[in-house]
Order: sequence, then structure tokens, then C-alpha cells
Amino acid sequence: MTPLTGYLIVAALIFAIGLAGALTRRNAIMVLIGIELMLNAANLNLIAFWRYSPHPELLTGMMFAIFSIAVAAAEAAVGLGLVISIYRHAKTADVEQMNRMKG
Amino acid sequence: MMQEAIAFTPQLDASSIARWLWLIPALPIVAAGIISVLKQPRRRLASNLAIGSMGISLLIAMSAFVHVLSGWSNGHAVREVVNFSWLTVGTQAVELGWVLDPLSAVMLVMVTFVGLLIFIYSTGYMEHDENYTRFFCFLALFAGAMLGVVIANSILLLFMCWELVGLTSYLLIGFWYHKPSAAAAARKAFITTRVGDIFFLLGIVWLFAQTGTLLFYDRGAGSMEPLALGGLLVHHSHWGLTAAGAIGLLIFAGAAGKSGQLPLHVWLPDAMEGPTPVSALIHAATMVAAGVYLIARVYPLMAAGAIAPGTTTALTVVTWVGASTAVFAALIAVAQNDIKRILAYSTVSQLGYMMAGLGVGGVAVGMFHLITHAFFKALLFMGSGSVIHGVHEEQDTRRMGGLRKYMPLTFLTYAVGMLALCGVPIFFSGFWSKDAILESAHGWPLSHAPYYMLVFGAVLTAFYMTRQVSYVFFGEYRGHGHAHESPRVMTTPLAILAVFAVALGVIGTPAWPWFRAFLENHAASVEMHAFAEPAWLMLLLTSCVIVIVGIGLGWWIYGNKSPRADEPDALEKAIPPLWTVLANRLYIDELYGATVIAFYYWWAKVADWIDRDIWGDMVSTVIWLTNHWARLNKFLDATMVDGAFDKGCEEIYNGGGVLARIQNGRGQIYLRLLAVAVVILAAILIWSGRP
Amino acid sequence: MDFVFYLISAFAVGGALAAVLLKNLVHAALALTIAFFGLALLFLRLDAQFAGFAQILVYVGAVAILVVFAILLTKGSEVPREGVFSKSWFAGLAIAAGVFAVLARAVLQAAPSLPNQTAVPAVTVNDIGNALMSRYVLPLEIIAVLLTAALLGAVIVAMHEKERAKQ
Repeated sequence: MTPLTGYLIVAALIFAIGLAGALTRRNAIMVLIGIELMLNAANLNLIAFWRYSPHPELLTGMMFAIFSIAVAAAEAAVGLGLVISIYRHAKTADVEQMNRMKG
Repeated sequence: MMQEAIAFTPQLDASSIARWLWLIPALPIVAAGIISVLKQPRRRLASNLAIGSMGISLLIAMSAFVHVLSGWSNGHAVREVVNFSWLTVGTQAVELGWVLDPLSAVMLVMVTFVGLLIFIYSTGYMEHDENYTRFFCFLALFAGAMLGVVIANSILLLFMCWELVGLTSYLLIGFWYHKPSAAAAARKAFITTRVGDIFFLLGIVWLFAQTGTLLFYDRGAGSMEPLALGGLLVHHSHWGLTAAGAIGLLIFAGAAGKSGQLPLHVWLPDAMEGPTPVSALIHAATMVAAGVYLIARVYPLMAAGAIAPGTTTALTVVTWVGASTAVFAALIAVAQNDIKRILAYSTVSQLGYMMAGLGVGGVAVGMFHLITHAFFKALLFMGSGSVIHGVHEEQDTRRMGGLRKYMPLTFLTYAVGMLALCGVPIFFSGFWSKDAILESAHGWPLSHAPYYMLVFGAVLTAFYMTRQVSYVFFGEYRGHGHAHESPRVMTTPLAILAVFAVALGVIGTPAWPWFRAFLENHAASVEMHAFAEPAWLMLLLTSCVIVIVGIGLGWWIYGNKSPRADEPDALEKAIPPLWTVLANRLYIDELYGATVIAFYYWWAKVADWIDRDIWGDMVSTVIWLTNHWARLNKFLDATMVDGAFDKGCEEIYNGGGVLARIQNGRGQIYLRLLAVAVVILAAILIWSGRP
Repeated sequence: MDFVFYLISAFAVGGALAAVLLKNLVHAALALTIAFFGLALLFLRLDAQFAGFAQILVYVGAVAILVVFAILLTKGSEVPREGVFSKSWFAGLAIAAGVFAVLARAVLQAAPSLPNQTAVPAVTVNDIGNALMSRYVLPLEIIAVLLTAALLGAVIVAMHEKERAKQ
């Protein structure tokens, strides 16, 4: 197992854990937490590939990861604002009860 | 005594009178048409139209007769035909036409003259009837149709007018249609003559098929001319008959119906239900004579191929039927009590004489008796009408009597007619015509039986006429009310006819056989020595004996006695069973009722059963099937088609419901699906390209 | 792979697991923080110092705090009655396991062909700054716009409700 492979496995693991959380937890905020974990796992992937790439001086991976962090932060802010707003309406943050879009 | 007939010389151009001959029947028919649209109150106009048209027809007929007569006296025969095509179908044409020859000329004059007299008589007789106008319409129509029969040169035209005569006879017999007996009598007449007409039509069709022409005379190509007759004799039909014989028998069947010969005579006595002028015109002078005239017209066909005169099969049948009818009807007439019924059976009997005369002696013999009979029988009928009118519509002779005191003129003319009918020698025309028949019958080569039958019939004729006259005119008056003489308009025609009943004998005596010569187209001269021939003297003696025996017997039994209506007749007291049989008209009507009519009732019931039960059941079955088929369809449609469709829709609906559960509005579930899709896609992408 | 790597990895993965499994949301948020920390350390180990410190600043310093704030504002500190996991948690788990299986298999299969440059990259913050301003200036500006929009959006979304609630 090369170092890169190790990091990639770890990233995959964290990604799967984040996905499991997003899919199974009932609280909306927990879903967001799962999403943050997934994003982080992706960042780890990026940095790992940048480090072991043939031309790290191009900074491609690093830039990608930095922008990803920025976007994740923005998204977390908006998402949590939404959760708060929904909580004010429905008095609950339970995703299983948010089915007004039911077909 | 018979001379060879010279063949008629063919006329290439019809004379002008022949060309206008069609007016004779046309005028009365047009008069009938006009009268039919008149309103009922216009009585005088109706009768005037009818009488006027008949008068003009008489004038034209007389001028035609004069034309033929002049031609005959100049030695050349007159037979002028005017033919024309009525319809053309491909190459065949339906030909109609009329003929002017001695036979038709004589008949024309007789029919128009007697018809005119009866028309005039009717204005008096039907004075109090409210349907006066309708009566004259039918009378005129009848006269026109009868005249059409007389002049027809085409057998089809003859048949058309024949049927029209039958129709108008039906209308006139059933004139007082409110009476059920009159309506039934009219029906009986029509149907019985119809039976004869079927055979007539078959004969017509066969004749046309065999000879190819409908015309009697057509410049050598007609069906009565030697060429066609020769062709007919060559073909043989069933039972050893030639085609000519078979066709002749078929045509005779039609004549037998119209002229009341033996099996088809049943309608004639019942036809007395009509008014007396109708009886006089139709059932004495004209319509019943149409049958005799028809046989006279197709005589060449009937006589074709005869070895001796009058010996073809057809003519033999005619003779036997005629002789049988003569005796048969005379027997029945003995036992009748209604004044007109006696005369009706007398007519049937005399028609038998005419037919027998045609059979044994030829056209002239039969036609002579027809002409004389027309006059004296019309006279007798009109006289009886006058009697009925005088005793206030009583028709039973047993309730009359002694009328010679109250109705002298009627009595006188009636007596003349009666004597003529009985054939009293020398003075009365009936003697001469009947004598000619007896003479020919005596000389018939095949058998003497008809002669004896005719003699016996003559005895009976004298007997029953004497009975009738003594009941009506002699003895005491047994009726109700007061008898009175009839008005002049009724008695004048009686007088005119009486004159003719006497005078017409002159044209047929053996000394001057003008009538025969005229019809057979040879010269006639007065030969008084013909009276001296032994054969003729024998005949004269026989006739005298007949008359004396008949009248004497009748007078001896019935004489001046006045039997009441409720007493049995003198003859009845003597021979009750015979009287019953005769009074019931030899049970012929009952026989028909039991056989033919009963058969038809049964057949009608069978047909009704078939229709009602079998066809009805079929229809019901079809209805039932259709009904249930419709129900089945409805079931299939509603439950299966609709059901299937509804079920399908329901399943789709449910499926939709199932699928809609995926759309549950829960983001987490969507996310799961997303992840699954990504996994699958990634798997496919990564490992699909592997070698 | 050396021991340090396994230790830090255990840290990160453990924190992640704890974040997902803990019932108390605040505890879960704190566990998340630990996971963030672990990841930052992994970044540092990968010689991506700028990314590591950025991770700490942003994620630990902002996102985690936000999450805690949100939890507290939505009364998430109380344990709900019906339980914290959905009724069909096994399906979710299975799906996640499936995803992991696919990813792991892909990685292990492609392992021989992956690049493996072991020299330490000579990258300074100066280089990063230059790159941001030259080659990556467009994404930078877009990110700036995005962040502005997100800021405004979050404020509006959260604030509107407050005014309406008052009426």
C-alpha cells in the first residue's frame, strides 16, 4: 500500500461515514454534518493527489481544495440558516416530518 | 242446306267506318268517366249522358251494319281490320285492333239497341233509388266494355274488355251493397267467372306462344287464319288432342264461366240480387252472351281439322256441356218460386242451347239463338221488373196472381216473350232459332243424345214458363196492397222488344236463311219450297208436340188455380222427394260448399297456422336470440371490456400510487436514491471497460 | 505507512464516526470538530500547510461554531422521543457500505497505476498567493461573489422569519 492509497482509503472511509450519517440521521443538522464530512473527505482526496502528483508546483489540487473549503463554508452557512428558518415554521428539525413536497 | 262459305276477300284498306269503329265502345266509357265525377244530385245529366252515348253508338253501329250489308249484297265479303301496336318490347309487339265483319256488325247492333232500351227503362225503374248516378256510371262502363269485347280483333284486347265486363258485372250485381246477400252474390259471380278466366288466360298464352300473334285477322297472319290454324293442328298435346283442340277447350272454359255452363253456373241465379235492369242487360242479353260470342269468334280454331262439321273434340265437349246445362237448368227452374230466379235458370238453360247450337251447327245457328234470346229474355226480365214494381217490390210468384187485369200491357208483352221462349211455332222468333238448333242436333254425326236432351229441355221450358205465367198473371191476386201498371217509360221498351221478339224470326227461316248467309258470306235467296222438305216438316211436328205437351201439362197442373204461399206446390204434393231435390237446385251449391270452399277454408286455416305458429315462432326465436345476444354483448361490454379497462386504469392508478410513494417529499430518501444511482453508475463506468 | 499516519487517521475517522453516531447533537458537533482537526493534521502531514491551516480556520473556527449555534437555536440539545436514527437506518447504512466498497475497490485496483512522487513539493505561501492572483483570479472573484451572496442569503433567510414572527 503506497501512501497515496492509504490516504485515499481513509478519504473513502470518511466519505462513507458522512454518507451514512446523512442518510440515516433524523435531524436536519446531522444531515448537514454528514455533508460536511463528505466534503472534507473529498478535500483530503484532492490534497493527497496533489501531493503525489508529478507536478505539484502547478498547485492545481491545492487551489481546488481551498476553493472547496470556501464553498463548503458558504453552503454550511446558508444551510444552517435554512434549518433555523424551517425550525421556526414547523417547530421541528426532523427531516422525516418535512414531506410537504410529497407527490 | 248449307252452302260452301266463300273465303272472305282480304281488304287492304279499311273503310272510314271501320276506322271510326272504336268510337262505339269509347263513347259509353267516356260517358262513364264523366258521370263518375258528377255529384250525386245531377241525376238527369248522368242518365242523359249514358243514354246519349249509347244512342250515338247505336247510330254508328247501324251505319257499320249497313256498310257490311251493302258489301255482302254486292257479293264481296267484308272483313275489315284496323290493327296497331300498343307496346313494343324488343322485336315483339303487343298488337291491339278491331274488326268489322258480319258477326261483329250483328252483335254491335244488338248490344247497342237492347242496351239503349234498357237504359231508358232504367230511368223509370231506378227513379226512387238514391244512387241513380252511380248506377248509370256503371251501366255505361259495362256497355262500353261489352262493345269492346264485340269489336276486338286482338285476343288480348278481348280479354281486357272481358275482365272489365266481369268487373262491372260485379259492381252492378252488388249495387245494393248494404245487403249482405247482394255483396255475397257479387263476390260469387266474380270468383266463379274468375275460375273460368284462368283457363281462358292459359289458352290465350298458349295460342300466342304457338301462333306468335295476338290478332285474329291480320292479312293472312292472324291466329284465326288458315296458316296459323294449320300450324296448330300439327302440334299434338296430351290425351290425343291437337294444340288447336286443347286451346279451344281452354278458351271454352272461360266462356263456360261467363255464360254459366254446367259446373260454373252457380253465380247466375244469385246474380238476381242486382236491380232488374241489370239482370235484363247483363244476364239476359249481353254479358252471358259474351261467352257464346267468344266461341263464335274463335270458331275457326274450335272447328279446325274437323272431318265432318262440328266433330272436333273441342266442339264435342261444347255440345255435351251445352246440352247438359240446358236440361239441368230447366229441371231446377221447375221448382223455383222467385220470379227472377225462374228466369235466371231459364237463361242458363237457353245458354246451354246456344252452346249446343254452336257445337252441332256452327256460328250461325248459335248466334241466331243468341240474338233472338237477347230480345225475348230482356223483354221477360224487364217485364218481371215491371211486375215487381207494380206489386210493390214483391218477388215471390206465390204472392202474385191475377195481374193480367191490373197490368194489361205488361201481361201482353210478357206473354209474347214467354211464347217466344217456349218456341211456339211460326209466329215467334224463339221457334225459328230453337228449331235450327234442334235440326242441327238431329243431324249430328256423333250422337243423337244431345237432340233428345234438347227436346226434353224444350218440354221443361214450356212447362215451367206456363207455371210461372199462371202463378203471376192468372188466378187471384194474393199479394198485399194494390197492384198497378208501370209508367210509360217502362212499358214502351217492353212493347218495342215484343215486336222484335216476333219479327226477328223472319231472318232465320229455312225459306230465307238470311242470317246464316250473312254470317257465312254466301248469297241467300227466298225459297219457299224449303218449307216442304220432309225433314223440316218432321221438326215442325216435333216442336208442336213439345209446345202442346209442355204448355198443356203446365196449364193442367197449375192452370187458373191460385195456390197460397204456405201451401206446398201441386207437383210437390205429387212427388215430394223430386221436388225437394229440384227446389234445392240439385244441391250443387252445397256440393261446392262441402268440397271446394271447405277445402279453401281448411287451407286458409293451415296457412294461418303456419304463419302464426311456425313463422311466428321463428320470428319469436329470432327476437329471443337477438335479445339475448344483445344482453350478452352488454354483459361483455360492461363487465369485460369496461371491466378490463377499468381494472387496467385502476392498476395504473395504483401503480401510480405505488410509484408516488417514491416521491415522499423526504430529502433523505432522495439522497439515498442518489447514492445508489451513483454507486451503480460508478460500477458500470469503472468496470465496463475492462477487457 | 507509518504509525503517525494511522494515529491521525484513527483520530479523524473516530471523530467522524462519533459525529455520526452520537445521540446528543452538541456532542456530535464537538466530535465533528475533532474530525476536522484530524483532517487538518492529515493535510499538514501531506505538506499542504496552507490548506491545513485554512481548514482549521474555516471549518473548526466557523463551520463547527455555526453548527453548534444552529443546534442550540433549534433546541437540538434535547434528545428527541422517537430516536435519532430513521426507521430504515439499515438501508442507509447498506448504501453507504456499498459506496465505500465501490470506492475502495476502485482505489485498490488502480493502485499500481497511481502516481507516487515522493519528493516534498517546494511550495510556499508566496506561490499560492501568486497563483491566486494570476492563474486562479477568476475563481477567486467568483468565490468572492459567492461568499457575498451566501452571507446575504443567510441573513435574509434567518432574519425574515424573525420579522414575520413578530407580526
